[in-house]
Amino acid sequence: MKRWQNSGLWLMLALLLVGGLWPAFTHNQANREMVYTILLSIVLASSLNIMLGYTGYVSFGHVVFFGLGGYVGMFLLHNHHFPLWSAALAGGIAAGLLAFLLGKAILRLRGAFFALATIGINEAIRALINNLTLFGGPAGISLNFNIYKDYGGAGEALWLVYYATLFLALATIFLSYAIKTSKFGLGLLAIREDEEAAEVIGIVTPRAKTWAYVLSAFIPGIVGVLFFFKNGNIEPSDAFRLHFSIEMLVMIMLGGQGTVLGPLLGATGYQFLRGFLLTNSFFKDIQLAVAGFLLLIIVLFIPAGAVGWLKRRFTLLQEVLP
Amino acid sequence: MSFLPALVDGLCIGFVYGLAAMGLTLIFGVLRVVNLAHGSMITLGMFGLYLLSTHLNLNPYLALVLVAVLGLGSGMLIYYLALHRTMNAPHLSSLLATFAVNMILVGIGTATFSTSARNLDFALGSFHYGEGAISGQRLVAVFATLGVTSGLYLFLAYTSTGKYIRAVANNRYAAELVGIPSTSILALSFGLGTMLAAIAGGLIATFLPFTILAGGVYELKSFVICVLGGLGNPLGALLGGLILGVLEGFLPFFLPNLPNTWIPVLEFGLFVVILLFRPSGLLGAKQ
Repeated sequence: MKRWQNSGLWLMLALLLVGGLWPAFTHNQANREMVYTILLSIVLASSLNIMLGYTGYVSFGHVVFFGLGGYVGMFLLHNHHFPLWSAALAGGIAAGLLAFLLGKAILRLRGAFFALATIGINEAIRALINNLTLFGGPAGISLNFNIYKDYGGAGEALWLVYYATLFLALATIFLSYAIKTSKFGLGLLAIREDEEAAEVIGIVTPRAKTWAYVLSAFIPGIVGVLFFFKNGNIEPSDAFRLHFSIEMLVMIMLGGQGTVLGPLLGATGYQFLRGFLLTNSFFKDIQLAVAGFLLLIIVLFIPAGAVGWLKRRFTLLQEVLP
Repeated sequence: MSFLPALVDGLCIGFVYGLAAMGLTLIFGVLRVVNLAHGSMITLGMFGLYLLSTHLNLNPYLALVLVAVLGLGSGMLIYYLALHRTMNAPHLSSLLATFAVNMILVGIGTATFSTSARNLDFALGSFHYGEGAISGQRLVAVFATLGVTSGLYLFLAYTSTGKYIRAVANNRYAAELVGIPSTSILALSFGLGTMLAAIAGGLIATFLPFTILAGGVYELKSFVICVLGGLGNPLGALLGGLILGVLEGFLPFFLPNLPNTWIPVLEFGLFVVILLFRPSGLLGAKQ
C-alpha cells in the first residue's frame, strides 16, 4: 500500500493534531474558540472540496447539509432527549440522505445550472424550515440549559465538542486523501476533466457523483449538530446562511482546489485573516469588502491557490504535497 | 382583497422583476456567466436614484436616466476589471469573480449607508379604476419597463452593434473570425445587463422602501425568473417576471390563510422543480 507511505499526509495530520491539542495543553478558552473556528472551517471546506475540487461540480449550497444535520440533531436532543453522540450521528445520516436524494435529482445538471440549483435548494429548505412549527419556525430550537449537566456542565460540554470536532477534522482530511488516491477518486477526477470520456471508459458517472455528494455531506451534518449543541440554539437564518457556503468556496480557492492540503491551508489562512480584519480598527467596517477584494485577486491571478502555486514554484514539492 | 387589484398589483411588480431578470439573462446568454453581482447592481440603482434625488434635488425620473448611464458604465468597468480574465476559465472563476465584486460593493455600501431602510419621499398621485387604485409610480414603472424592453429589442434586432451582440452570443469564436471585436461586445453586453438591473432598482425605489441588502432578495427572484423563462432568453425573462409577480399578487387572494412567509417556499420550490423537469424553461433556453 504505497499510497499510505506519503510523508506529506502524515505530516499534515500530525501538525493538525498538534495545533488542535495546543489549546488543551494551555487550557486557554480564547485559544480554544479560535482553533475551533478553524477546525470547523477545515471540515466544511475539505468536504466541499470532494465535490468541487475532485468532481468539478460547483456547489453554492454546501451549508444546507450543515444546517439540516444541525436541525435534525437539535430536534432529537431537545424533543426526544437523545444522547449527543446518537443525535450527531443522526444529523450526519440525515445530511447524507438528503445528499443521496438530491444527487439522484440535481446531479444531472451541469455547470451553472447545478450551481443555481444548489442555491435554490438551500433557499427552499431555509424558507420551508422557517415555516415548520415542528422545528420552531423562525425562532428555531433552543436547548434547555439542564441538558449540559449530562456532559459534566456547560464548560466540560464545550471541551467535549471541541475534541469531537478535532477528531472530525482529522477524519475529514484522512477521508479526503483516501478518496483522492482510490480508484473511486480517480473516477471522480476523470468526471471533472471530461464527463463523457469518463463514461466511455466505464465509470458509472451518476453513481460515482452521487456517492461523492453523500460523502461530502455526511461529516458536515455531524459537525452541524455539534456546532448548534455548543451554540445552544438554532435558527433558520444561522443554519442556512448562503454567505457561509461562499466563505467555504473562498477558503478552497485560497488554498487550492482539488488538493488535500489546500482546504486545510485555506481554512486556516482565511480564519486568521478574518480575525485580523475584524479586530483591526481600520478594516473592521469594510471587512467584507477587503475579503471580496482578496478573493478577486486570487481568482484572477492565482486560480490554482496557494498549494498550486507552491507546486509550480518548487517542483520538489509535487511528490510530497497531497 | 378582490380579484382585479390583486392581478394589477402583481402585474406591476412583475414587470419590474422581469426587467431585472432580463439583465441577468442577457449577461448569461452572451457571456455564459451567472452574474452573482446582479443584486448589488440593483442596489446601486436604488441608492443612485435615492442620492441623486434627495441630495441634488433632481426629479426621480431624470435621475433614473443618469442611473441607467451609471449602470452601463459601471457594468463595463466591472467587466474589464473583474471578468475579462475569467472568460476562458472554468465556471467557478467567473462565479467567484462576480461574487467577489458583490462582496466589495455590499461591504462598502454597508459601511457607508448602514443597513437601515430608506424611502424616497415622492408620490405621483394615484389612478383609480373600478374597485381599486394604482399609484402613479407603479404605472410609470410599467411603461418604463415596456419602453426599455422594446428599446432593447429594437437595438438587438436592427442595429449593427445589436447584431454583433447576437453573433457573439451564438458563437464567440465564429464571431471573432468574421472580425467582430468580441471583447468590447462582451463588455457592452455586461454593461447593458447591469444597466437593466440598475433601472429596475431605481424603479423599485420609487414605490417600495429598500435597504443596502435589498438587492440580494431581487437577485434571487431574478434567478427564479430566468430559469422559469429559460436562461438566456430575454422575452422569457419578462414573461417569467410577470408570472412571478402575478403569483405573488394572487397567493394572498386565493389562500388568505397562508402566511406571507410561505411565498419564498413556493417560489424556490417552483425554481427547483423547473430546473429538474424543464431546465430549458417555459420559452426554451438559448442553446
